[in-house]
Amino acid sequence: MTKVVVLDYGSGNVHSAAKAVELAGAEVEITHDRRAVMDADGLLVPGVGAYSAVMDALKAVRGDELIDRRLAGGRKVLGICVGMQVLFERGIERGVDREGLGEWPGVVTQLDAPVLPHMGWNTVDAAEGSVLFDGIRDERFYFVHSYAAQAWTLDVIPPFPQPQVTWAEHGGRFLAAVENGPLAATQFHPEKSGEAGIRLLRNWIGSLRD
Amino acid sequence: MSLSVRVIPCLDVADGRVVKGVNFLNLRDAGDPVELARTYYEQGADEITFLDVTATVDDRSTTFDIVERTAEQVFIPLTVGGGVRSADDVARLLACGADKVGVNSAAIRRPELIGEIADRFGAQVLVLSLDVKRSPSTASGFVVTTHGGRTETTLDALDWARQAIELGAGELLVNSIDADGTKAGFDLELVRAMRALSSVPVIASGGAGALEHFAPAIEAGADAVLAASVFHDGLLTIGQVKQELAREGAVVRA
Repeated sequence: MTKVVVLDYGSGNVHSAAKAVELAGAEVEITHDRRAVMDADGLLVPGVGAYSAVMDALKAVRGDELIDRRLAGGRKVLGICVGMQVLFERGIERGVDREGLGEWPGVVTQLDAPVLPHMGWNTVDAAEGSVLFDGIRDERFYFVHSYAAQAWTLDVIPPFPQPQVTWAEHGGRFLAAVENGPLAATQFHPEKSGEAGIRLLRNWIGSLRD
Repeated sequence: MSLSVRVIPCLDVADGRVVKGVNFLNLRDAGDPVELARTYYEQGADEITFLDVTATVDDRSTTFDIVERTAEQVFIPLTVGGGVRSADDVARLLACGADKVGVNSAAIRRPELIGEIADRFGAQVLVLSLDVKRSPSTASGFVVTTHGGRTETTLDALDWARQAIELGAGELLVNSIDADGTKAGFDLELVRAMRALSSVPVIASGGAGALEHFAPAIEAGADAVLAASVFHDGLLTIGQVKQELAREGAVVRA
């Protein structure tokens, strides 16, 4: 059975994520044990709260290294919400400018919308050929955030495949999801997006042994 | 592309059972919370709210257990309110599987609590719950109450909402004590007043009794509508409310 580790680093609601992954068809362990993290078919990195606090918590369990090591070996990682945001170079939140993991270029900044947080069910403009959104392109997903990456600037030179970038809109356009080789991420919460979210996780799990 | 309006069933829970009182005063059993939450999830609820109305605040273990069991089978956001007095209370509810936490009287007693929670967990977890009554005692004509509306404070409801947002509240749950239990419709004037001042999402609560009550609350500016007994009594389903909202031009999640 496909094995997924939900990275346990004291960030919010890991149990919902674990239960959702289980329902989507994988065996789940919630841990930050190095061996378990490295051996899993997929690593899910949740994230709730302030960017800077999430970075501190990640580093406290050497989550930054674990993510790097997995990606270096082409092993799949899925970041969710702030777990997506920290994959970019920096995050600026309430005046605090914090360095992120830098897997992708770009800065996470506050959305420009009359009502924040962006809270609720929104549609996405799913990337052509997306694996994550296969069969659920027209569904709504649950977002709750005030910050996001609002530009995609990574140029990938052939023969490497182009990243699949999915957008959503609140005030302006922002990145709702990115699929870039072994590294994928969603700004919304699949584990809180009902049946559509479970389906997205199932799509991801299905790709783990490819 | 835009956000859909949220339809939120509220489950008032006391000692492990769902109760809903007319004007909060006459509690009446309406079922098992986990089972009911699951039913609403399957009906298409956009979120679930649990309000812990247990009289004794000492023992919250039943609530933790309910939240935990619900979060294992209901994959939409869960908000839990009632008896939240500290950031540690919030930590415990989040660990059980809550996504958002409603804070009411503890924040009135000690407004700093709002900032403490927002700083530690982010504003998005904090729903400021307001029980509002019409009263000539405040400038706006709306006063904040506690104890389910039985005790009036001296706080102007609109001033308090502004202050709470400033301090870090991520959402307002605006419950009209006057309308609550009447099934005569939401207090639209109150919803409009809150929308006008609020930069965070507004949930309208109190008074829903018929299909036609929901769309006006959205038109008045609510981002979400919350109701209890119309759903618990089987008078309306979540699906019916969404259909009616869509018919009136609101964007809903199918």
